[in-house]
Amino acid sequence: MTAQAEIERAEETETMTVREAIRMALREELQRDEDVYLMGEDVGKFGGVLEVTGGLWEEFGDERVRDTPISEAGFIGAATGAAATGTRPVAELMFSDFMGVSMEQIMNQMAKMRYMFGGKTGMPVTVRTTEGGGMGAASQHSGTVHAWIAHFPGLKAVAPGTAAAAKGLTKAAVRSNDPVFVFENKMIYEQQGEVPTDEEFTVPLGEAAVEREGEDVTVVATQRLVGESLQTADSLSDDVSVEVIDVRSLYPLDTETIADSVRKTGRLVVADESPLSYGVHAEIVSRVQEEAFFSLDAPIQRIGTPDTHMPFSPPLEQEVLPDGDDVREAIELIT
Amino acid sequence: MADYTLETEEGRREALRRMLTIREFDSTAGDYFADGEIPGFVHLYIGEEAVGVGACAALEPDDYIASTHRGHGHCIAKGLDPQLMMAELFGKQDGYCNGKGGSMHIADVDAGMLGANGIVGAGPPLATGAALSIDYDDREQVAVGFLGDGAVAQGQVHEAINLAATWDLPAVFVVENNRYGEGTPVEEQHNVDDLSDTAGAYDIPGVTVDGMDVTAVAEAVEEARKRARSGDGPTIVEAETYRYRGHYEGDEQPYRDEDEIEKWKEQDPIDRFSDLLIDRGELTEEELEEMRSEIEAEIEEAIEYAQDAPLPDPSEAYEDMFAEMPPEIERFASQARADGGSLGGDRR
Ligand SMILES: Cc1ncc(C[n+]2csc(CCOP(=O)(O)OP(=O)(O)O)c2C)c(N)n1
Repeated sequence: MTAQAEIERAEETETMTVREAIRMALREELQRDEDVYLMGEDVGKFGGVLEVTGGLWEEFGDERVRDTPISEAGFIGAATGAAATGTRPVAELMFSDFMGVSMEQIMNQMAKMRYMFGGKTGMPVTVRTTEGGGMGAASQHSGTVHAWIAHFPGLKAVAPGTAAAAKGLTKAAVRSNDPVFVFENKMIYEQQGEVPTDEEFTVPLGEAAVEREGEDVTVVATQRLVGESLQTADSLSDDVSVEVIDVRSLYPLDTETIADSVRKTGRLVVADESPLSYGVHAEIVSRVQEEAFFSLDAPIQRIGTPDTHMPFSPPLEQEVLPDGDDVREAIELIT
Repeated sequence: MADYTLETEEGRREALRRMLTIREFDSTAGDYFADGEIPGFVHLYIGEEAVGVGACAALEPDDYIASTHRGHGHCIAKGLDPQLMMAELFGKQDGYCNGKGGSMHIADVDAGMLGANGIVGAGPPLATGAALSIDYDDREQVAVGFLGDGAVAQGQVHEAINLAATWDLPAVFVVENNRYGEGTPVEEQHNVDDLSDTAGAYDIPGVTVDGMDVTAVAEAVEEARKRARSGDGPTIVEAETYRYRGHYEGDEQPYRDEDEIEKWKEQDPIDRFSDLLIDRGELTEEELEEMRSEIEAEIEEAIEYAQDAPLPDPSEAYEDMFAEMPPEIERFASQARADGGSLGGDRR
């Protein structure tokens, strides 16, 4: 469905930032379900280093908003064990770059327990984490690693590009009985959008959204590049009609919405901040060629980080960080 | 009430029965592995029976345990069914994990068994997590994480114990010090004499007990359970024990000699316990023999059950990945169902 239709269907909306949308989602889910609680480094009194959980500790207290030791393997492992034994933890991994520290529990326990045990456990755990360059935070605090999780069997991964998606996906992740990772690009926390205030509003895992309809070229984007692509599409609107899709859910991935769009436009640009090789771009391109190869009128273009880490110095960071200009160049190349 | 407790005569018999069952199960599994009927790796618990049984005798049926790669003994001590375990070892549909887990992953979370584990040191964080659920829901349970002496060196073990200690969670960590991590002696892996000394770092109690004595293990874990239940947090219980067999079946054991093994066998946990019961007049030699032959028959039945059980249908390979199957997997699943499972999984 188009994002516009989704918003229009909602009875009431409010303008808010992505940060506020996620906080609203967490608050509503904490209110709705006693089994849900938050845990992570400084998520409580401190309110989260990027202030996403601000105010929730005051509202819900120590039991439901838990500050953990700086111990990613320990608390991600504990969240895994807790999810297997009847509660629904939502763990915050401060920066996705720290995921490696807890990767054993993620890849061998959280992802595999249900399968290895022949279905003899549930795994209703949510992991929220931040990604992305643009803050001058240098290589160890700017990574975009969502392809690791989307690639790894047994885990689901979402990556919202708008405030509404941020709310809806966070809620869907918390409600899911599967392990879901929510990848929040930290550069869009301040981005505003219309968000349904309905407490039952969720964005189902595995549904992309057409954020802008167009006829000539499809831009399939994630996270920050959704907004940048929309701006680019507007700026090009005199010359070319661009359709912009927010992928929203990386795994499962909504092949149908993407392929349908390519069938209409015949041209595709894939824009995702992760490194270009062997990742999200490749997956989307593969699916499009499987489903809509004969609709393609031009080579598919990929926009991403050119297999570098995120450097510190602003000119270096700007050099490698993909943005709306890169999307524009790609569109111009194939239209 | 616990399934069995060392405080009653009946419970002591049950403990002995479970120790004997573990030994029979594992030696039989070893034989069938040698014959090539059991695939994969098999790590036997023979010699260490007093630890699993002693610890589980101190637990209530709904307490949780998280196990290790050497998990058969924990499963039996916790009350899992040897038939379903054996079927799992044989890779059969009727096994505990429908043939997806095998020896190293037997689990039954509803029965409080959070899984054997192929990753050294991965169980303690899961036990801490189970203790977190218990604490969060104000339930009357505890969670026990078993780990080997080698696993004590793992970072995530430290993190798990630290978290449980910091949050006063109802957890107990049972270190099975069987003297070796694969082929490396414990002295070459740690700088402390007693592995329970590490408890000092978390300001929690750490005790080292004779792990060939089922009563000593049970008493220590019972104490730890009480402490955990009263809100005072975890305890580390180190049980000094020994594995008679190689690290895995087929291990040639160049790292130790027969004399050392024989010396430990003089302390055999089953003989010690059965002698004690006989000395006390709670059990006769005849009753012990009867128990042994009952167990032999039971394990033989488990083998027959496992041999006769059906193999999983290939389409089962796509089940149990998620609570909600994504289209990415559904396409393979429906294809396999349509083909009666004849297609390999590597085709889109
Ligand atoms: C993380 C990890 N590293 C290495 C191994 C290989 N491995 C399997 S068992 C084992 C030895 C474990 O020793 P210990 O914890 O003392 O347990 P024990 O085998 O003595 O019961 C090793 C190194 C593994 N399975 N996981």
